[in-house]
Amino acid sequence: MTDVFRAESLGKTYPGVRANEDVSFSVAPGEIHALLGENGAGKSTLVKMIYGLVKPDDGHMTLMGSVHAPADPRAARAAGVAMVFQHFSLFDALTVAENIALGMENPPKSRELSQRIAELSQSYGLPLNPARRVASLSAGERQRVEILRCLLQSPRLLIMDEPTSVLTPQEAEILFATLRQLAAGGTAILYISHKLDEIRSHCDRATILRHGRVVNTVDPRAHTARELAAMMVGAEMRVIDRSGRKPGAEVLRVAGLATASDGMALKDVALTLRAGEILGIGGVAGNGQEELLSALSGEIATRPGTITLDGVDLSRTPPEARRKAGLLAAPEDRLGHAAVPEFSLAENTLLTAGSRQGLIRGGLIDHSAAQAFAQAVIAAFDVRTPGPQTAAGALSGGNLQKFVIGREVLGKPRVLVVNQPTWGVDAGAAAQVRQALLDLAAKGAGIIVISQDLDELLELSDRFCALNDGRLSAPRPTEGLSIDEIGLMLGGAHGMEVAHVPA
Amino acid sequence: MFRLEPRASAPLAWQLATPVLAVLATMITGGILFAALGFDPVASIRTIFWDPLFGPAASYSRPQLLVKAGPLILIASGLALGFRAGIWNIGAEGQYIIGAICGAAVALAAYPTEAFWIFPAMILAGALGGCAWGMIPAMLRNWFGASEILVSLMLVYVAQKVAAWMAFGPMKNPEGFNFPGSRNLQQYPAASNPEIIANTGLHWGVIAAGIALVVTWFVMSRHVLGFHIRTAGAAPRAARFAGVRPQRLVALCLGVSGALAGVAGLFEVAGPAGQITESFGSGYGFTAIIVAFLGRLHPLGILFAGLLMALTYIGGELAQMMLQLPAATVQVFQGMLLFFLLGFDILTRYRIRRRA
Repeated sequence: MTDVFRAESLGKTYPGVRANEDVSFSVAPGEIHALLGENGAGKSTLVKMIYGLVKPDDGHMTLMGSVHAPADPRAARAAGVAMVFQHFSLFDALTVAENIALGMENPPKSRELSQRIAELSQSYGLPLNPARRVASLSAGERQRVEILRCLLQSPRLLIMDEPTSVLTPQEAEILFATLRQLAAGGTAILYISHKLDEIRSHCDRATILRHGRVVNTVDPRAHTARELAAMMVGAEMRVIDRSGRKPGAEVLRVAGLATASDGMALKDVALTLRAGEILGIGGVAGNGQEELLSALSGEIATRPGTITLDGVDLSRTPPEARRKAGLLAAPEDRLGHAAVPEFSLAENTLLTAGSRQGLIRGGLIDHSAAQAFAQAVIAAFDVRTPGPQTAAGALSGGNLQKFVIGREVLGKPRVLVVNQPTWGVDAGAAAQVRQALLDLAAKGAGIIVISQDLDELLELSDRFCALNDGRLSAPRPTEGLSIDEIGLMLGGAHGMEVAHVPA
Repeated sequence: MFRLEPRASAPLAWQLATPVLAVLATMITGGILFAALGFDPVASIRTIFWDPLFGPAASYSRPQLLVKAGPLILIASGLALGFRAGIWNIGAEGQYIIGAICGAAVALAAYPTEAFWIFPAMILAGALGGCAWGMIPAMLRNWFGASEILVSLMLVYVAQKVAAWMAFGPMKNPEGFNFPGSRNLQQYPAASNPEIIANTGLHWGVIAAGIALVVTWFVMSRHVLGFHIRTAGAAPRAARFAGVRPQRLVALCLGVSGALAGVAGLFEVAGPAGQITESFGSGYGFTAIIVAFLGRLHPLGILFAGLLMALTYIGGELAQMMLQLPAATVQVFQGMLLFFLLGFDILTRYRIRRRA
């Protein structure tokens, strides 16, 4: 059987970086082939070359036995390559069918197109009404629109870039069923992810990239997650140490918290947090996660009595005074929220550590103290950067995340709230960040981890609750909680109303 | 054939080079323009950029450099604060006019009393007047979300009408033979802002401009307020996270830049201009926007840009007299300068690559 796609000795150099070096692999028809690697391992560059966004410097590719050297994505699509990106490119105001028509070279009449969409979505088990507006769709449904858009081209090779990062477990199961069915029809699927469990249970082969080179091509089912991770990182993963923690007295109490923000409004959120405890808050992004962090950090003021730290009401207190009191936060968006990309790391310490580290006294900035504190964060959290004068935007996602978390952890918080602490971060950095949070809790801080990554929440948290549609479920001890139960807490696969018990 | 490729960071060398490139391109394009109009391009450019400083009449025109640069620098240093924060005060011209009117009002009310407090009171009134005029767009933005760009700009035309009304009505000189215009403050010692050292052009407004440069430099580089301003401009959400209240920042930036523009207007009416007339505004408030950007919103840059812009004013007038160049020359030059600066700015953020 000939391969659908074959890459031979592909190489690509960007200014200062060798993104890919001598990359060779092949994808067989009907195969779900995983592309596995840390951030910056060269997965995106490789995929961009296949999809015609970037031209390789060396080597060549073949698709269905003939030379594949697409000048642009249009040529790649014409040759039979389709790609579903991590970030969707859909117009909210248009219907499903209109969105799909926009992406086609020669769209058929709208009735005909709707007919074909309905047929395809039926046959692949991706229920979708072509007349619905995209604005009313869930993330999983939007992804289906992108997939259907690809399927209409009858691709020979379908590339999926981290498709499950936005899905609930149930939605992910539906996706895998679809992919399996596609593969059975002979389509080759290139599946990019760094979720090891998912790759182990659903992929036939995995090509592992490290520093732009192919480390190995293996059968992922024959290896443990730890072995795969070790190949990815090039060293044995650090073992997470949860020991040494015992919950103490209550430090944070949130009651009747509601917001009226532009995004998802929080509705009557209540929680308590004890010293030394990690509370995990799961849920798909966009269900109030950012609002909850903003309400706790002080960016949004809430009604008096809703947020109490050590018995002191902080609901009306501005952000810097909350930090002084010991309530620290690290937002999800590293560039533009937790840090200013144009500013140096030293200047970025001033965002949150001004009063806690004495970097700003009497309104005056102590630049050398900021420099020293940035250096301390860099040293303590192994941030790979030339130094404190480097612009935050020049750091890789993982390194900047280590810096942002480190900046708060070194502030010795009473309570630390983090949103998506390891989002888009490579496995090595993610392990470091998680260990830092556990160590902080062991020293007696209360921590709230808001995340979409269930494995992370299960690994870190003592209690788990879910945020859905602005409502927070009652927390349950993480011990003995199954993935299925969690999935139901998160709100099911089809956007159906959650079984929400009013307090 | 060519394409633009984004740079990871804006190199300092390019940030410094683009204003120089813009000036050179303005000279070249200006020369071509003059040649097309039938003037000698080399002589025209020399008359505008060289003669005011080193030409035969330089002893007259050199002091004018400080007279013109003073208000430009004073206004631009205030505007730069707001521009750094992404708060666009386009109406400094209006705040300049209202500041002059309020300051002159104190003088005219006190006339003919001679007392030491009159001039300081005028400065205060000028600052408050400009500040109040700047607070109108600030409050409309904070309360109703109105664009401060449009509101501040439109208030310039309101201020011009107020100046005309004052010149024809309440402030008209009772001894002025019914000509429009207030009393001339240059002839009222307690209220005048004279040249401090003869033949230098140095007056109190120039000193105020120097102080404004030093203070804004200190605030922007050493004070937490400057850090908040820069953060708000670079990443508004990060600024909120750091504890910046956007509404307060809007009021502060428009208030301070309005006050500085108002003070500049006061020094002008009490000094070089002498009186409130129907057409008191002379465009300093608009030119200061160019000065702020040409100076990269940095105090030192604003100093050089202010001097350069003052030079184009003086040189343009000189060229008008000596070579009969059209009166619009100055505006054309200033417009081109901003145009080229914004154009060349692309080079700081992108590099040009030949398409393969």
